[in-house]
Amino acid sequence: MIGSEIPALIPVTYILFAILIPLIGLWKREIVWHLSLLGTGIASFLSAWGFLHLINTGETIRYYFGGWTPPVGIEFVYDGLAAFIVLVINTIAFLVLIHSKEISKLEFPGKKMPYYTIAMLMMLGFNGMVLTGDLFNLYVFLEISSLSSYALIAIGEKRAPYASFRYLIIGTVGGSLYLLGVGFLYTVTGTLNIIDMHAMLPQVIGHSSVVAALILMVIGVGVKAALFPLHGWLPDSYTFASSSSSALIAPIGTKVAAYILFRVVLFLFGVDLIDDQLPVTTIIGIFAGIGILYGSIMAIAQSEMKKMLAYSSVSQIGYIIMGISQANPFGFIGAVLHVLNHALMKALLFLVSGSLRSKEGHSLITKFNNSYRKKYPWTMAAFTTAAISMVGLPPLAGFFSKWYLALGTIENSNWILLAVILISSLLNAVYFFRILEKVYLNDPEEELTEDTEIIENNEVGFTMMFPMAVMALGLLVVGIFNAYIVNIIFTMFPAGF
Amino acid sequence: MELTYVPLYAVLVSLAAVPFILLSSKKPNLREFWTILAGVIKFLLVLTLLPSALQGNVIELELLEIAPNLPLVLKADTFGVFFALIASGLWIFTSFYSIGYMRGHKEKKQTRYFASFAVCLSSTIGIAFSGNLLTFIIFYEMLTLATYPLVIHSESKKAIAAGRKYLSYTLTAGLLLIAAAGITYSLTGTLDFVPGGIFGDTDLTSTMAVTIFLLFLGGVGVKAGIMPLHSWLPSAMAAPTPVSSLLHAVAVVKSGVFGVIRVVGFIFGPDVMAQFGLNDILMVLAGFTIIVASLLAFAQDNLKRRLAYSTVGHLSYIVLGVALLTETGLVGSIMHISFHATMKITLFFCAGAIMVNLHKKNISDLNGIAKVMPWTMAAFTIGSMGLAGIPPVNGFVSKWYLAAGALEGGMLVPVIIFVVSGLLNVGYFFPIIHRAYFKKGGPELEGHTEASPFMVVPLMSTAVLSILFGLNPDLFFNFFDMASSVASTIFNSI
Repeated sequence: MIGSEIPALIPVTYILFAILIPLIGLWKREIVWHLSLLGTGIASFLSAWGFLHLINTGETIRYYFGGWTPPVGIEFVYDGLAAFIVLVINTIAFLVLIHSKEISKLEFPGKKMPYYTIAMLMMLGFNGMVLTGDLFNLYVFLEISSLSSYALIAIGEKRAPYASFRYLIIGTVGGSLYLLGVGFLYTVTGTLNIIDMHAMLPQVIGHSSVVAALILMVIGVGVKAALFPLHGWLPDSYTFASSSSSALIAPIGTKVAAYILFRVVLFLFGVDLIDDQLPVTTIIGIFAGIGILYGSIMAIAQSEMKKMLAYSSVSQIGYIIMGISQANPFGFIGAVLHVLNHALMKALLFLVSGSLRSKEGHSLITKFNNSYRKKYPWTMAAFTTAAISMVGLPPLAGFFSKWYLALGTIENSNWILLAVILISSLLNAVYFFRILEKVYLNDPEEELTEDTEIIENNEVGFTMMFPMAVMALGLLVVGIFNAYIVNIIFTMFPAGF
Repeated sequence: MELTYVPLYAVLVSLAAVPFILLSSKKPNLREFWTILAGVIKFLLVLTLLPSALQGNVIELELLEIAPNLPLVLKADTFGVFFALIASGLWIFTSFYSIGYMRGHKEKKQTRYFASFAVCLSSTIGIAFSGNLLTFIIFYEMLTLATYPLVIHSESKKAIAAGRKYLSYTLTAGLLLIAAAGITYSLTGTLDFVPGGIFGDTDLTSTMAVTIFLLFLGGVGVKAGIMPLHSWLPSAMAAPTPVSSLLHAVAVVKSGVFGVIRVVGFIFGPDVMAQFGLNDILMVLAGFTIIVASLLAFAQDNLKRRLAYSTVGHLSYIVLGVALLTETGLVGSIMHISFHATMKITLFFCAGAIMVNLHKKNISDLNGIAKVMPWTMAAFTIGSMGLAGIPPVNGFVSKWYLAAGALEGGMLVPVIIFVVSGLLNVGYFFPIIHRAYFKKGGPELEGHTEASPFMVVPLMSTAVLSILFGLNPDLFFNFFDMASSVASTIFNSI
């Protein structure tokens, strides 16, 4: 039965295409885009199949590599949460890569083959991180994904290599801290398998190495997730990278890092142990809350759309981590749902900025004007949908993740974080309505003139429009039918809820 | 006849008109035909719900589970039908009036205008038929969003500033409402609207009750124009006059007071309100608003702004009536929702007709206009008499019940407030009428005649309706019976 092989097949697909693309690309450069679509397409299909299979059978698949049973061998654990995240990231990658056809011609015409090869490697890393049940193996995948994302970011504007280098330094420190933490845990428990270690932790929880390991791992993963104040690398990297790279990394990269935090906080340690020695969840919650406000305020201050979106990511990742830090069912639901919602919203927004760049040559908010409304009606409609969802107005998806997160904070009587969620929604409204005003309304400074000059519809092509339309519709569908998704999230709860 | 799906159709019909309106943007007559058609169908659909509402039946339709244990529910209870009837009925008048106004004023982007208007009406009817708080919030936020394009319609600096103000007030309100709903849900495990409230079995501490109530009040109070949350409303007068007429005198602001009554009568319930003294908070705020808004109305020379402050005052009549926590007071409140609507919409229609026809916005310029626009000014006089509480216009009836409700509760101060405010109403409306009828008009009036029938017929109709409802409150739609039935279900639920 192929169902039980799926956890291994998804990364294998990416390895295969990471090899195929350069080989065939040397011979026929035009088809690398098609190959990358085929690769992500297969991976998305497999993840969807696996996800449905998992829902129907309700059984977690544990795939032992080489038949070696853990804790000796390495296993992939394909449970509800992993299946869900894998499905989200592969589908988003598939859609973003469709959009990249035009961008790649404009922004990095000579580097298509390396771009798509590295993209495959990066997706391999992300998928591996999500699927693996082994802490050290996770580090390996973390490095694969990190190294390839450094390279992807470096393919971009003039300043991209510099931004990427900074990310490389900070990211490597983060990765090393995580590894150090894993090492500490290994010395105490003698195992690297998450499930195995979870069983042993109660006996050694008071050990100072375990406490140190937890701190190191949270900081290390926090760097990757851009948890405030460890977010310094993010804004420049997302801004100067090529539009396709930012659209690929922004919705996926930080989410996967946040997913590691899910695993470490709620699955490895679990609700019972996580706060045993230190008030870890409270501290994470505080930083997440500050990050939410900081990111939103900084986003308001930006005049470049991509940079604004980058700061907005810092804020949004705060929501997810805040949900984790509540360590209760509603917080968990909100966080998992927001992984999906934010992936859709942020990918869509970055795609819109990429589409605008491809047409206008810039994405400076100060230069936006109301001719866009006529030139790009559908792109702008998609943007509006994403913006309204980001502000959190029903019935779009963004409202519901906020609703569950709010319920999570209420359940813990955490009024400050509740206020943070609400205030941040208003801040989101400020920076999105600012753009909407520019795009849809006449500039009141200018004289109202009759529309004598005819503005031609100059809408982006199908390969750009299609993914944006799918994501915009996705926001509506996820919003209205979120109860179905939430009912599935119920089955992903870690022990102790 | 099977009525289960009627509330859904009533909500959707104007939404369904939106694509048709957008597609016929090049053919104005066809475009307006869709609006009128949707308006008539919507009204008829709501009307079919009337008989069952009068019998006190509740038609409930669970659409889908939008969050676990929180379904999207449409519930046509008496109160919902009552509100839907007013909003959809007056939409028909406003649609005709809009045609006259928008074309007379040569407004741009009329397609956007009519499309947004249709979405607003869907949201309003959705609010009326919301069966639980979450459904209410969804439609409430939709209304916020759909009104925004109407507020900024002229795209002038002033309008855009008004739009920003409008959004910052209403979005904040929406968030407070979400917080209130979240806390309520975590305490009671339900968000249903139940006559008599849902907090009955919950151990509420006093601080908790006050906090939740204030959050709710922040949520619905903005749209209800309770001071100090009212200041968006005068600014929003930058919108075209039909918007001010229907949305900022009826649909949007009445959604606010509708929300107040839902919160007081169906979430907290009279007993919990009285237990924690929550009605006192409401009473003080509403009383303050009535007096201050009436005084501020004096200071406005711009006719629409004066009407806006008058609206702020009259909305608080309704809120004060609710805060009395007496059955008669609530009857007065609910009736004032409909009666203030017919009167104030008349006044705004008049203001718009004057603006389009004579290009006059300020009261100081209105000298002698009754000679030129006799019908309009007659309607204006009727509307202002009603708001001042002079019989036989319907405003007298609702005010009578409001005052009687205060006396029933043994409270004298509210009665004084109602009387004083009635005098203030006379004070700020009378000079307008005096100018129009008794002062000599300038030479610029020559050559002008009455406004287009598209405007005059609607404004006369609503004026006549105001008198007819004053003579017989139960005429056509049994407003009085419905109001009594709602009040009695809330107070006799236990």
